[in-house]
Amino acid sequence: MNDDVWLVIPLYNEAQVIGDVVATARAVFPHVVCVDDGSSDASAAVAEAAGAVVVRHPINLGQGAALQTGFTYALGDPGMRWVVTFDADGQHQVSDVVAMLEKARAESLEVVFGSRFLDDRTQASVLKKIVLRAAVGYTNLTTKTRLTDAHNGLRLLSRGVVERIDITQNRMAHASELVAQIGDLDVRYGESPVHILYTDYSKAKGQSIWNAVNILVELILR
Amino acid sequence: MTNLVLIQVVLMVAVLAFVARLFRSNGARAQAIRRLGLLLFAAFAVVSILIPNVWNRIAHVVGVGRGTDMVLYALVVAFLSFTVTTYLRFRDLETRYTRLARRLALDEAERDFPQEQVRTTGAPDSPTDGAPTA
Ligand SMILES: Nc1nc2c(ncn2[C@@H]2O[C@H](COP(=O)(O)OP(=O)(O)O)[C@@H](O)[C@H]2O)c(=O)[nH]1
Ligand SMILES: [Mg+2]
Repeated sequence: MNDDVWLVIPLYNEAQVIGDVVATARAVFPHVVCVDDGSSDASAAVAEAAGAVVVRHPINLGQGAALQTGFTYALGDPGMRWVVTFDADGQHQVSDVVAMLEKARAESLEVVFGSRFLDDRTQASVLKKIVLRAAVGYTNLTTKTRLTDAHNGLRLLSRGVVERIDITQNRMAHASELVAQIGDLDVRYGESPVHILYTDYSKAKGQSIWNAVNILVELILR
Repeated sequence: MTNLVLIQVVLMVAVLAFVARLFRSNGARAQAIRRLGLLLFAAFAVVSILIPNVWNRIAHVVGVGRGTDMVLYALVVAFLSFTVTTYLRFRDLETRYTRLARRLALDEAERDFPQEQVRTTGAPDSPTDGAPTA
């Protein structure tokens, strides 16, 4: 089952958790590719031991660049029909991916975006919610898509979409770029509720809220 | 205050022009304009060394009180343009080395796709895919 799905996991210094994340994911989705971005810890080795394919960037390029590398890798598999972008830090749920796939198949969608705001499972801080809402507003204003969440790392993309996407924003602005490119493709897309776990581990490591400013600058100064 | 209007307009147009360049920077023309600008700048530097008063005269023409203010404004604009150009050049460079690094990473990665046998027997990824072999 799910032989036609590839999980693409951008990986950067997550040795503590990546083993569990890969093992849990592979119980349902056997094909997992981790794009290690010059981690200084044992991330790559741990991911490999857990059964993931590891593609290693020789230097750190950023999460966006890693996703594009993972896409290109997955496209090499002629049997691939779907790509899922999945975080390495244990914030994403495999069960959410299963629901996204079911939704895509049932409604013949090409893209399913995960959204934290379609139900109330996700507990984010007030400040994080404000920044995310602002990001949603900006994305909806500047792209053809209408979404309820932005910068959510959990997405499902069909092969046809992956073939036509080209992420050039190496760092965090890639999330908005991805949405914009999908909007331009005029494909059928949908949203599916996902539960993002804000564990102490992920909160300590995750993006600083200040990155919202950096993302905006990167998007404007294209 | 009112006699500053012209310089304000000039500066704002300059700033807007650079912002516009952010969105539409096309290689050859942008480079040529930059170089012409540099040439003009050098020529003007010589002129202003020979005739220091030239700055004052320009300042009066565009409605600025003193030549030194005029020099300051010109520098601000020049610096802004330098910043933007440098940023764009770094982005371009980044795109290139990203492609290079990605190529390296993918070439070194194991590729073990069960359905790929058909391809591995033929020429790998050649652009002549599907073309009859003589
Ligand atoms: N390849 C790569 N992955 C990264 C980089 N920075 C973060 N990541 C990964 O991207 C995912 C999300 O990152 P995170 O910092 O948790 O972002 P947040 O969840 O949006 O706060 C995780 O899987 C990280 O390991 C990077 O520079 N390169
Ligand atoms: Mg995270």
